[in-house]
Amino acid sequence: MNDKQAYGIIFTCWLTATIATLGSLFFSEIMEFVPCTLCWYQRIFMYPLVILFLISLYRFEKSILLYSFPFIILGWFFALYHNLVQLEIIPESASPCVQGIPCSTKYINWLNFITIPALSFFAFSILLILIIIFYKGYYNEKK
Amino acid sequence: MKKNNIIIGLTLLSMATLFVGGSYFYKYKKAEKQKQTLEQYRKDLVKNYSPVYGDPNAPVEIVEFLDPECETCATFFPFVKEVMNQFPGKVKLVIRYAPFHQNSVFAVKILEATRHQNKYWETLSKLFEMQPVWGDHHNPKPMLIWTYLSELEIDTEQIKRDMESPEIMVRIQTDLEDVKTFNVKKTPTFFVNGKPLESFGYRQLFDAVKKEVENTK
Repeated sequence: MNDKQAYGIIFTCWLTATIATLGSLFFSEIMEFVPCTLCWYQRIFMYPLVILFLISLYRFEKSILLYSFPFIILGWFFALYHNLVQLEIIPESASPCVQGIPCSTKYINWLNFITIPALSFFAFSILLILIIIFYKGYYNEKK
Repeated sequence: MKKNNIIIGLTLLSMATLFVGGSYFYKYKKAEKQKQTLEQYRKDLVKNYSPVYGDPNAPVEIVEFLDPECETCATFFPFVKEVMNQFPGKVKLVIRYAPFHQNSVFAVKILEATRHQNKYWETLSKLFEMQPVWGDHHNPKPMLIWTYLSELEIDTEQIKRDMESPEIMVRIQTDLEDVKTFNVKKTPTFFVNGKPLESFGYRQLFDAVKKEVENTK
């Protein structure tokens, strides 16, 4: 993988993170959906990625992998867990949402499967796949 | 590198445009929908059991969805009265309940029961005044309400009997249904002669009332 392709991958990562961030802000600030606890954890791991990837677009270094990967993998697990709660595979009582908005609340349900946590899981999965491609094709090659 | 900067800039710009444009579009659609709902369900905005403050025949009607345990409702309440005082005899206030907090339903039940002893408005003012004490979100002490009632010379034994009447529960349920109908998500929410405030605030409420008062002249 050449530098240009690697740059393209990080650009796509930045784009994905930015769309996810703006989308979640649209849901909470404009549509006034109150985020539940699990949503907050996913936001915590998604929002910094916008800044991290943007900086790396200006100072392109393969080390972006080390900085972004922990956020992506942690966010991915939270998203996975949240989806299992919404799909009722894990009961709500076992989830950490006691007060406020229950995490099993479905604000949107487009086409019967696109819920907000599904969108989050989708975004984190794209990031995970991209960063793995980056790792295999670029990070490992350019020691 | 220059080319990259342009691409990043353009991406940022287009996403910001989408976000802002989408916001305006969404808010516009929502306002349209609310207008339709209000036209369709105008008569449901006020129920025959709803408490009315001021002259029942006043031309301007403020409908307030409130929660006795909501902080903003408490700080806002003196101002609502002040707005009414600015236009004596022209404005009435109708209370609807949006009990969103932990002890709200308990407080509303007591409030409704005080109506049998004609102490409703005194109790509401007292509940709002003392709310930081009894309605503290970290350490709520709803039982303190009983002492306030004694201070107002209310027969608390009578309240304890009256507050459990099924009629009061039906009122609360009906109000909650209307909360859904009118998409009330925050308290207090005001409707002045059936119109929502464009945005929330003292000035906005005053202006809306002033406009309606002038319309009736």
